[in-house]
Amino acid sequence: MALAATLMVIVQTRVVHALLYLIVSLLAAATIFLSLGAPFAAALEVIIYAGAILVLFVFVLMMLNLSPATAERERWWLRCGVRPGPIVLGLILAGELVYIVLSGAGAGVAAQTVGPAEVGAALFGPYVLGVELASMLLLAALVGAYHLARRGPDGESRKGAGE
Amino acid sequence: MDSWLWLIPALPLAGFLVLALVRTMPHRAAGVIGAGTVGASGAVAAAIAWRLVACPPPEGVYAQTLWHWLGTAGFDATIGLHLDALSAVFVLVVTAVGFAILLYSVRFMAASEGFGRFFAYMDLFVASMLVLVLADNLLLLYLGWEGVGLCSYLLIGFWYADPTNGRAARKAFLVTRVGDAALVIGLLILWRHLGTLQITELLTKAPHVWAAGSGLATAAALLLLAGAVGKSAQLPLQTWLPDAMAGPTPVSALIHAATMVTAGVYLIARTGALFALAPVAQAAVMAVGLATLLLAGFSAMTQRDIKRILAYSTMSQIGFMFLAMGVGGWTAAIYHFVTHALFKSALFLGVGVILLHLNDEHDIFRMGGLRKRFPATFLAMLMATLVLAAMPPLTLTFSSKDAILRQVLLSPRGGVGLWLAAMLGVLLTSAYSFRLLFVVFLGPQRTRFDVAHHRVPSGRVSWLMRLPLAVLALAGGLAGIAELLRVLFGVEGFYAFLRQTLPEAPIVSTLRENLQQQAISVGVSLAGAVAAYWLYVRRPALAGRMVQAPAAAAVHRFWQAGWGFDWLYERLFVRPYDWIAKTNARDVVDWLVESPARLAMGLYRLLRRTQTGRLRWYAMGVATGAIVLIALMVWL
Amino acid sequence: MNVPVSHVLLLAVALMGIGLMGVLVRRNVLFMLMSVEIMVNAAGLAFIAAGALWRRADGQVMFLFLLAMAAAEVAVGLAVVLLLYRRERTLDADAADQMRG
Repeated sequence: MALAATLMVIVQTRVVHALLYLIVSLLAAATIFLSLGAPFAAALEVIIYAGAILVLFVFVLMMLNLSPATAERERWWLRCGVRPGPIVLGLILAGELVYIVLSGAGAGVAAQTVGPAEVGAALFGPYVLGVELASMLLLAALVGAYHLARRGPDGESRKGAGE
Repeated sequence: MDSWLWLIPALPLAGFLVLALVRTMPHRAAGVIGAGTVGASGAVAAAIAWRLVACPPPEGVYAQTLWHWLGTAGFDATIGLHLDALSAVFVLVVTAVGFAILLYSVRFMAASEGFGRFFAYMDLFVASMLVLVLADNLLLLYLGWEGVGLCSYLLIGFWYADPTNGRAARKAFLVTRVGDAALVIGLLILWRHLGTLQITELLTKAPHVWAAGSGLATAAALLLLAGAVGKSAQLPLQTWLPDAMAGPTPVSALIHAATMVTAGVYLIARTGALFALAPVAQAAVMAVGLATLLLAGFSAMTQRDIKRILAYSTMSQIGFMFLAMGVGGWTAAIYHFVTHALFKSALFLGVGVILLHLNDEHDIFRMGGLRKRFPATFLAMLMATLVLAAMPPLTLTFSSKDAILRQVLLSPRGGVGLWLAAMLGVLLTSAYSFRLLFVVFLGPQRTRFDVAHHRVPSGRVSWLMRLPLAVLALAGGLAGIAELLRVLFGVEGFYAFLRQTLPEAPIVSTLRENLQQQAISVGVSLAGAVAAYWLYVRRPALAGRMVQAPAAAAVHRFWQAGWGFDWLYERLFVRPYDWIAKTNARDVVDWLVESPARLAMGLYRLLRRTQTGRLRWYAMGVATGAIVLIALMVWL
Repeated sequence: MNVPVSHVLLLAVALMGIGLMGVLVRRNVLFMLMSVEIMVNAAGLAFIAAGALWRRADGQVMFLFLLAMAAAEVAVGLAVVLLLYRRERTLDADAADQMRG
């Protein structure tokens, strides 16, 4: 189902539809995580990825206030813009990776779950530095996004008025 | 005394260094350093010369080797100085006349920009000339030779803002270069076959290595002659001298009248023994001298520019010197050099006074009647002209030209024919020099000049200019004294002094013969003067009408253009060279040099295509790269 | 249930390929961003699978960091999209080609 949903994502004309399909795809991924014995990851996927990040997408979409004409344009782009190149590239990449995977071991995986407690212990243990760095990254992203998208007092975008 | 020799060239050289390296110097200081070093050098030279005459050292030579210059396989050269009678004469003339002219220049160049630069160049010139005449080997002589050539170029083009001056300087340099190239080849032949370039060694060795009249000796001598011809502006390399008058008048006086142009005379005199070995070469010297003498004389008659008249006059007088050397009259030639330096520089300095006060008017037919305005200058130039025309009143019309004429007539290589041609030269000399004097100083005043113009606010001739002029004119007037002493009292004095170093056999002639020849030459000179007087003062329109007739006009134009040599050289050398240079402007070397640039441009254009600015294109690039890397990792 | 790791990895590969094609084919920048998210998600899936294989927490830890990075990237990316829209009044990725040449 994840595959199907993802495929639908990239062929949509309307962004909103694509976003909805993406949410479906992410939820499917979350269930896969569960079945792999990673409940913590599954929860995170739903809450953060599908919940926060995609909602951010939706917000921005609303802010952009696109006209219905864009859907037409998208269809046209999709039809005319598709060239064999990207598809070939994607296929080649997939082929390579498949090869790699198949030449590795195909070991099964037990249904043993790795619970949140273990993950938490790992985070505060060997990976504590990574946690700090991640938080700094998020701070930088926050400030950057705020600055870039700021509107000036006269309503014009600050970045757009200069240069 | 030996160990003081180095001071003679070193003092002006030090002057040059100070003036060249110290950027802003007040005029007074620059003048003091510039003229003072030359004067000091002259004082040292005088002292040494006095000792040379009073108590001569062994072999009559002061020599000082300063240091070892080059030493390669089989070839050694030193920086060594060598002073004998010939060098002493030249050194004294160069420093004395140089000092006088530099004093004069302090006032003459006062309003010009580059005052310090002028004196620096002049000092360098004097230093180079002194090195040239004091060198004990031909390589060092060549160093001085090149040095004076360089300074000539720098000083002709001194007022570089005007491109005409630059062209004249380049022309001078290029034409003398031709001579210099021949000179170097001659030096190479000499070294190759005689094994040394030390002058005394060379001259004693040559008769042993080469038989009289041998091809190699002749070749070497002819090449040396070619070098001398270039430097001394004789046929066929004489075209640069009239144009060189573009430089400031003191430059013309010192370099192009008194000293540098006589470097050729010095070279031939110094290597006289070599020329004695090659009669063909010596005959060539004579032929060149005679031809130039007459050619320049005719040209000088037709010139309007006051300095060009004097330039052609210089050419002609040096022709006399070459003629004398060609017939074996070495001492007469050197004697004439001394007097010529004195009176020619006096003439130039006088002309400089006029130019300065007439705001650079060069055309003599626009001057006139200046005798009232510049009486002292007129007197000085009158004296100098009389000496030029071989009638110096102070020595009862005995002059150096008589010495030359005597040699031409009586020497084994001379003869009556040559003597007659030389007489024609005397007639022409007198004619053109008096023409200049009369047109400029007598007659109606044709120019109005205002006293209050910027170059000389006071309108009076400064004493710094009058004094050198007077001294030089007076000295010139007295210069015939050696001949006077010889003819009337049988005192060989000066001639004997010079004969120590020159290969000359004295010519015996009786008093009656001498006086006869004297009378004839004075008569001829007077005839020329009278003709000039009549044509230019009494009947000025007549001269104008004489050149109206088409044939006469053509001849007049021909002579005025220096017998068409400029025209010939232009067609023969300059234009083909220009054509070759232009057609070869884009040649293989250019292509080779440009191809890296073209390659880079091509690569640039190619790579530019990849910068589309489009995001998806770049993403595709990244993806491709990733795929390739993974493939490499997996399969290699 | 026992799921062979290779299957999961294959799924991750497929998702990655789809995401890549989405980035390259679509012209609308929002779609491109979404495709990038798909790719990141695929990588996360691979990590989780590896963590499950070795029965360690590290896989999930890596996934968490990936999540943080994706969040930051989306935030800044959307800000840039807003900027682009305000300037060019379009969401065409090819409209921003002033760096051409």
